[in-house]
Amino acid sequence: MLKQYETVFIMTPVLSDDQMKEAVGKFKAMLADNGAKLVHEENWGLRKLAYPIQKKTTGFYYLLEYQAPGEMISKLEVAFKRDERMLRFLTVALDKHSLAYNEKKRTKGFAKSAVKTEA
Amino acid sequence: MASPQSEIRYLTPPTVEVKKKKYCRFKKSGIKYIDYKDADFLLKFVNEQGKILPRRITGTSLKYQRKVSQAIKRARHLSLMPYVADMLK
Repeated sequence: MLKQYETVFIMTPVLSDDQMKEAVGKFKAMLADNGAKLVHEENWGLRKLAYPIQKKTTGFYYLLEYQAPGEMISKLEVAFKRDERMLRFLTVALDKHSLAYNEKKRTKGFAKSAVKTEA
Repeated sequence: MASPQSEIRYLTPPTVEVKKKKYCRFKKSGIKYIDYKDADFLLKFVNEQGKILPRRITGTSLKYQRKVSQAIKRARHLSLMPYVADMLK
């Protein structure tokens, strides 16, 4: 069984919308190529950083949740390190409690958006 | 008159300070996973300088204190929380 992981990364705020999508697309393609299954993705948009990183005070946050073979995580991290558009990234393996938490959060969020579209 | 001890009488019963028992909020409300992405929640476990509060003050059980500190450290890495701050609250 594949383990589930989640990666949050911060991109530089100097990117345009298309450039940002391209950067995200690159990593999503990389996931797909290495036999990972994307479970969930979330765009947090431009957020203020709690402290400056590389003299930037804001950044684009993006979250990917996926099931992947363990060997590919190191490959992915190397790709993140090499990419100059990335300010920070964090990959976390999810255990059963965090999986349940994410699932609940997602379904709750879905219910909220469903209500919004109805109204 | 009865024994000498009972001779002292108070108009209002003396207020003995009752210590409120601390409890672990995670155990009490059944929270199993502490999300590092929820910085607003984690803010409850740091002081105004951004330092992690000890168990002695928050009352968190050891099991969850470890998880809280792990979550705070992850949040700091992702710049969701400051490493050092002044007047955080």
